[in-house]
Amino acid sequence: MKKCITDYLDITLSRWPKKIVFGEKDKTITYEEFVVKAKTLATRILSLDLYNKPIIIFTDKSINTLVGMFGVLYSANYYTVVDRNMPENRIKSIIDTLGVKLALVDDASSSLFDELNLGIDKILIDEISEKIDEELIKKAHDRLININPAYVLFTSGSTGEPKGSVISHRSLIDYVSWFSETFNIDESVIFGSQTPFYFSMSVSDVFSTVYNGASLYIIPKSCFSFPMKLVEFLDEKMVNTIYWVPSAMAIVANLKTFDVVKPKTLRKVLFAGEVMPMRVLNTWRKAMPDLFYANLYGPTELTDICTYYVVNREFKDDEVLPIGRVCDNAEAIILDENNKEALEGELCIKGSIMGLGYFNNKEKTNSTFILNPVNDSYIEYIYKTGDIVKYNEYGELIYLSRKDFQIKHMGYRIELGEIEANINAFDKIDLCACIYANEKIVLYYQGKSSIEDVYKYANEKLVSYMRPQIVKKLQRMPINANGKIDRTKLKEMFEEE
Amino acid sequence: MERVIEILESVKPGVDFRKEKALVDDGILESFDIITLIAKLNEEFDVEFTVKEVIPENFNSAEAIYDTVCKLEEE
Repeated sequence: MKKCITDYLDITLSRWPKKIVFGEKDKTITYEEFVVKAKTLATRILSLDLYNKPIIIFTDKSINTLVGMFGVLYSANYYTVVDRNMPENRIKSIIDTLGVKLALVDDASSSLFDELNLGIDKILIDEISEKIDEELIKKAHDRLININPAYVLFTSGSTGEPKGSVISHRSLIDYVSWFSETFNIDESVIFGSQTPFYFSMSVSDVFSTVYNGASLYIIPKSCFSFPMKLVEFLDEKMVNTIYWVPSAMAIVANLKTFDVVKPKTLRKVLFAGEVMPMRVLNTWRKAMPDLFYANLYGPTELTDICTYYVVNREFKDDEVLPIGRVCDNAEAIILDENNKEALEGELCIKGSIMGLGYFNNKEKTNSTFILNPVNDSYIEYIYKTGDIVKYNEYGELIYLSRKDFQIKHMGYRIELGEIEANINAFDKIDLCACIYANEKIVLYYQGKSSIEDVYKYANEKLVSYMRPQIVKKLQRMPINANGKIDRTKLKEMFEEE
Repeated sequence: MERVIEILESVKPGVDFRKEKALVDDGILESFDIITLIAKLNEEFDVEFTVKEVIPENFNSAEAIYDTVCKLEEE
């Protein structure tokens, strides 16, 4: 039976062996070549007699990372992608948590890996050349069950310690099949990949590529500082589908790129990972009104996405984009502080996309993966997202804020996200974020506007108790490893002053 | 020119900006450095970099950046 994502890769391979599966700036690899590499690597891993064990991949974002991921999957073990540019203490914390014994590295990352002195064995991805042992791989596959982990991805640690979300083959396959159906991913799709492979968003484009016989090109990081180069790259690779974080889309929009050039082959624009500033989306839609736009929402713990909204109407710059409705084969429950169903409260999700908790962290797992409090009849787990939501008049879910961002200020319950959405509509602001510290609402922003004008704007747009009391201008917002605004850092900056 | 070098040093300390001629090509200035740099240049010189100016060639050396700023000031 099909129980691993590689079973789908095998089917794709038999249909399109010569088609390009992955590409970088000056390099591509076909399905046939890719599977040979992955299976060669799997043979090597299996020669070490490992089954259902964690293996880390220590590379730059590249085709080698992907070979590593699929090599591990063919060997019936599970992987964690560690970016070689991550801070040393984060890498060490991940390795300690996993208790990992083996790393996959490549020529480019090997010396840095040695310098870190991690005390674990390594395999060089680009130097393996043994003969593929199909029988050994089949034996590993026969032993595999679909509730084994496929990977462990560590979240950015906006709450401090990185937590490793464990995702099973079953969740991955169910998720990818939903993603493919909902967004019509087929063999004609060419993805332009922006998100790092250690970030859950990349699960969607990478795995839906092999599931459907599509192609995926890794966009060089530098393209995101030079939008003209970015558009050139998208045109050259004939990218028709992107799934990016809003910050990446904002860079393009803020430099008024579309006044000069527009990507020629682009059809579908999907985004997730943080709240989309409406002004940015409106810039894109105005320039390219015929494209398909969808807002996706979900945490790493639910594979990638649990709700989505296909943009189907006009929005003003100060309106909030819905997160829409729950994915097929999943269900949303909204719970209040007392675990009772409510109209506004914490979004909880059940379904097969639910992960297996946090690696070696029972305490954290038990606090968010809980038995459904509104079902006493049989065993049913739900995942508490920590996000506060409500339904709007269209029956669409609206994201209000993180549970931790909901504050009580001057007796009012305030969502910091709502303040941000309002300020973000100001055209002289590129990015903004609110924190609550010393019982004050503090707004940090990046953009052309003077601080005075931000105060003025806030006074016009926000009721008095929601206005930030302190406004601070930054040359640039602190951004965490996943490309999102780093709120922990903002709090630290505030406390240091 | 001195102001450009000062700004560069504030964005990325510890680089000899008088010498380096491949700031972008050698990866000395990374994605977010460029964005910060543009914001500072816009403010300091009261110019507006548009997407046409934001190309690697204009950021490879302090001189190239300075020339671009001068060009924008003339406009």
